[in-house]
Amino acid sequence: MSEMREDACGGPQACAAGAENARAADETVRQAVLRALADIAPEADLAALRPDRPMRDQLDIDSFDFLNLLVALNAALGVDVPESDYGRVATLDAMVDYLARRGAGRSAGTGPAA
Amino acid sequence: MIAFRMPSLGADMESGTLVEWHVKPGERVHRGQVVCVVETDKGAIDVEIWDDGTVARLLARPGDVVDTNGVLALLAGEGEDWAAVAAMPSETAGRVATPVSPSEAAGRVATPVSPSEAAGRVATPAPAMAASAVPDASAVPAGLAAVSAAPAAPAVSTIPAVPTAPAASGSPAMPSAGVSALPPESPATPAAPTAVQRPVVAWLPGTGDAAAAGAAPGRARATPAARRRAMELGLTLGRAAPTGPEGAITLADVERAAHAQGASPIAPERGPAPQTEAERQAAMRRAIAASMARSKREIPHYYLGAELDLEPALGWLERYNAERPVTERVLFAALQIKAVALALRDVPDLNGFFVDGAYRPSAAIHPGVAVALRGGGLVAPALHDADRLPLPQLMRALADLLARARRGQLRSSEFADATVTITNLGELGVRTVYGVIAPPQVALVGFGRIEQRPWVRDGALAVARTVHVTLSADHRASDGAVGARFLGRLRDRLDQPQELM
Repeated sequence: MSEMREDACGGPQACAAGAENARAADETVRQAVLRALADIAPEADLAALRPDRPMRDQLDIDSFDFLNLLVALNAALGVDVPESDYGRVATLDAMVDYLARRGAGRSAGTGPAA
Repeated sequence: MIAFRMPSLGADMESGTLVEWHVKPGERVHRGQVVCVVETDKGAIDVEIWDDGTVARLLARPGDVVDTNGVLALLAGEGEDWAAVAAMPSETAGRVATPVSPSEAAGRVATPVSPSEAAGRVATPAPAMAASAVPDASAVPAGLAAVSAAPAAPAVSTIPAVPTAPAASGSPAMPSAGVSALPPESPATPAAPTAVQRPVVAWLPGTGDAAAAGAAPGRARATPAARRRAMELGLTLGRAAPTGPEGAITLADVERAAHAQGASPIAPERGPAPQTEAERQAAMRRAIAASMARSKREIPHYYLGAELDLEPALGWLERYNAERPVTERVLFAALQIKAVALALRDVPDLNGFFVDGAYRPSAAIHPGVAVALRGGGLVAPALHDADRLPLPQLMRALADLLARARRGQLRSSEFADATVTITNLGELGVRTVYGVIAPPQVALVGFGRIEQRPWVRDGALAVARTVHVTLSADHRASDGAVGARFLGRLRDRLDQPQELM
């Protein structure tokens, strides 16, 4: 995880609460991505997926699968990844980070989407 | 009366196994509707019917192996009484359902051949009508004599490209008064052959099996699911008390009877003889091997290659996609297919079939899109009328086709109708494809990987994304100049991407 999220600051208590929310959001997003991946590559061993290496190298996913993945995540998380950003969502970690930073995974009431 | 036959689902397909019916007697069906599922070496296929009508009698049962062009069911045409068609004596039904009358055959042959007809003709030998007639001709009502006495006709499949005239489809109109109305399961008349429980419905000259046609007088009426379950449980259908419509035995009736008998229930599986994944793979491999061996044996291939500058097309596509949400994005594969389809309009010698020693161009352009299946295997289902689909629609159709190919949910028309094949191995890192043509087609277009390369434009060195495209073509149908013209037209098309919408 890189930079702090905007709503994670505002005093020590708010900061801690914000960090906790961020982690929870990350986990929600991670689960959503893994679910979508399981749909697209049902025979893949996702437990063995290295989150810091490109997904498409490890899973048998072609450009259609990848597009379907983005469509599914858009439906689930409300975030649209433009083509120009495809390079920023190549690994599982990078994708989770990218989506969470754009407000995915936040439960209602914890602040507006970034 | 209309005979619904097992279509030819590939150049080398000889038979398929009926897995299940989606329709039942009395149900209206329309052209293009999926009516049953057939298992072949290429996996399970949803089979479409190409006539409008009402299902009269299902002749093939789940588990039956039916030869290409064998009769699967009888239908009543518009204005016919389906119950009367269903009630025809089995041997009469079998005889009428044999190969078409000469006028119908002539009508079909005179028009441009549909791909499935061509494939069917290549795959199945023309049955000798006289040899396959049942022994007792005296049982034939007068109105049917014209059909049953017809000389041998070429085998044609159920997917004609040209609709036949109403009078020619199926048999001549039969006055129902002239047909003895026997219920399907009543004992056969003495003249009929008794060997009717055979699973194979084959048009084998001289065997006299034509009348068997899968119709078994004396067997109980039961739903396909009930029949399959009874088979699994080893239960005689006659032991199940029927509660279904018209005295048919239902799945619940079979379960009840089995329970009463003390048979241990087995978890039902789809299809009669479930294959392991390894068996399925092996079967597909054999089918591909047969097709490829035949291709290389019979087709004198020539190969032409070109390198295309894709910057105009890719730049255009990037701008197109940037303005659209993810659900409306178009992938380059769709653009490739559209460009190939439009280029083929200008070079008809590469879009059609080589059958019976002659090339027959196809007016319609249905590129077969080669899809590598997870776990091994290859299919190239047709994307119908790719040249006429607006790009967004082509993209959606392509995505749907690929998804269904991987799920094993392709339709019979997608197997039978491809007029040319497009193979894209670029994502797998291949630079150049040297493809093998799928008979009876006469061409295959191969795309390699899109790579950045040094490129000279207007006398200056630049970097451009380019692709190697190859054409494998049948030298019996075209010469190098024709192939070269195609590649030139393809280049022109990709240079003007806005025209591909």
